[in-house]
Amino acid sequence: MARLALLLALLAGTAVAEPPDAARQDQLRHLVRQDCGSCHGLRLTGGLGRPITAGALAGRDAEDLAGLILDGMPGTAMPGWRPLLTEDEARWIADYLLTTETQ
Amino acid sequence: MMLKAILAALMIAAPALAGELRGTGDLGLIVEREAGSLLVVDRSERAAIGRIEGLGDLSHASLVYSPDERFAYVFGRDGGLTKVDILTRQVVRRVVQAGNSIGGAISDDGRLVAVANYEPGGVKVFDAETLELVADVPMGSKTVGIADAPGSRFVVATWDTGEVWILDHSTDAAQPAITKLEGIGANPYDALLTGDGRHYIVGLFGEKGLVQVDLWQDPPKVTRFLPDYGKDQPDLPVYKMPHLQGWTLAEGLFALPAVGLHQLLWVDAADLTEIARTDLAGQPVFALARPDKREVWVNFAPPDNDKLQVVDVLTHEVLDTLTPGKGVLHMEFAPRGREVWLSVRDENRVEIRDARSRAVLGEIEARAPSGIFFTDRAHRTGL
Repeated sequence: MARLALLLALLAGTAVAEPPDAARQDQLRHLVRQDCGSCHGLRLTGGLGRPITAGALAGRDAEDLAGLILDGMPGTAMPGWRPLLTEDEARWIADYLLTTETQ
Repeated sequence: MMLKAILAALMIAAPALAGELRGTGDLGLIVEREAGSLLVVDRSERAAIGRIEGLGDLSHASLVYSPDERFAYVFGRDGGLTKVDILTRQVVRRVVQAGNSIGGAISDDGRLVAVANYEPGGVKVFDAETLELVADVPMGSKTVGIADAPGSRFVVATWDTGEVWILDHSTDAAQPAITKLEGIGANPYDALLTGDGRHYIVGLFGEKGLVQVDLWQDPPKVTRFLPDYGKDQPDLPVYKMPHLQGWTLAEGLFALPAVGLHQLLWVDAADLTEIARTDLAGQPVFALARPDKREVWVNFAPPDNDKLQVVDVLTHEVLDTLTPGKGVLHMEFAPRGREVWLSVRDENRVEIRDARSRAVLGEIEARAPSGIFFTDRAHRTGL
């Protein structure tokens, strides 16, 4: 099964993003809550920054969001996270924000 | 082993007995933000003595103390204003007064508690005894940097509109006399009031420079300073905004965390000119003078938030770089500066160090701790 998954991943080549491994996903979840949370709130309901709950982001494009995470929003307090995140990691965070119900 | 754990749990859960006499001058509260709880700590014992739960969303929470140091007013992200009794360790009253808030202040007579709101913006002022609404002051903006000025006044800056408002409740608490200073600058993100209540200093995110408002003048005098700092250098990303309540007058100087630079800026308080800079290990968040003013201790935004740096006030040089652990969010000095308590969020502990030798003196378990607040804050203007 693992070999099949590996084979599929190889066949898919570079077109498919390489999702972060489980340990890194934990780190990214922590980063979203704690570090994004500095401005957007621990529960992502907003603060100095706007709310970024799944509800608040409904209809947003994951690719655009990932770009925004990486490069920030000039003219606002949103910094670019490119020095700390890969493109795949930013995409994972975008998907996480769009699909995760926060409490 | 099991018995020990049970006993420890009992000790932390049991409120102070009614017959037990004690003062509160060496107590403090530590915000456990994810858990929505406060850890009650005894500074002399270097130990947790209880926990108060049920305070809602405490991300970026702050609190102030009543003049008798018995009650704390806690400002939560969810708009909750909660009054807690640190002796009985209970929630006395709680109101959800707005959609989203972050900070507040208590008047110099201890009668009024003001909350700065993000959503719907503006300031609401409450009776400290009952938490009943006394005055609602919409400002059409998120509000930041609220502070108590002498004479039942509150000062606050507006993030969206770049103003400073002074609310004077001395004549009629419900109808404050309002002084509005417009055109302060783009996106004030925080402010501080000096301990004498005279100078309100506003940090700007939307443009370079800072603003000082001299509250001793009538009308208050507004002075722009450091308009060019960092202008010739590319801005570094700011992963966490500096907190300006740590800005401190030491030796006639302000030690200010730069925004977008990994530097501490030293400003002559008399004429607001820059006199030195110190290169630091990251984006500074708090630059906090030890109470004797001899050193300034600095912590950092991610990814450098495992570190602390200690800077000499006379030479402006970094004396020491400490690495207490992952997520050093907050520092609080004992009132006379003997020791410093550090929240190490990602390691679920508070570390206690000697503020001179910097040796570790103790450690307290806490759930993802953030702000640490000792009760002596009750008697300090501008906190």
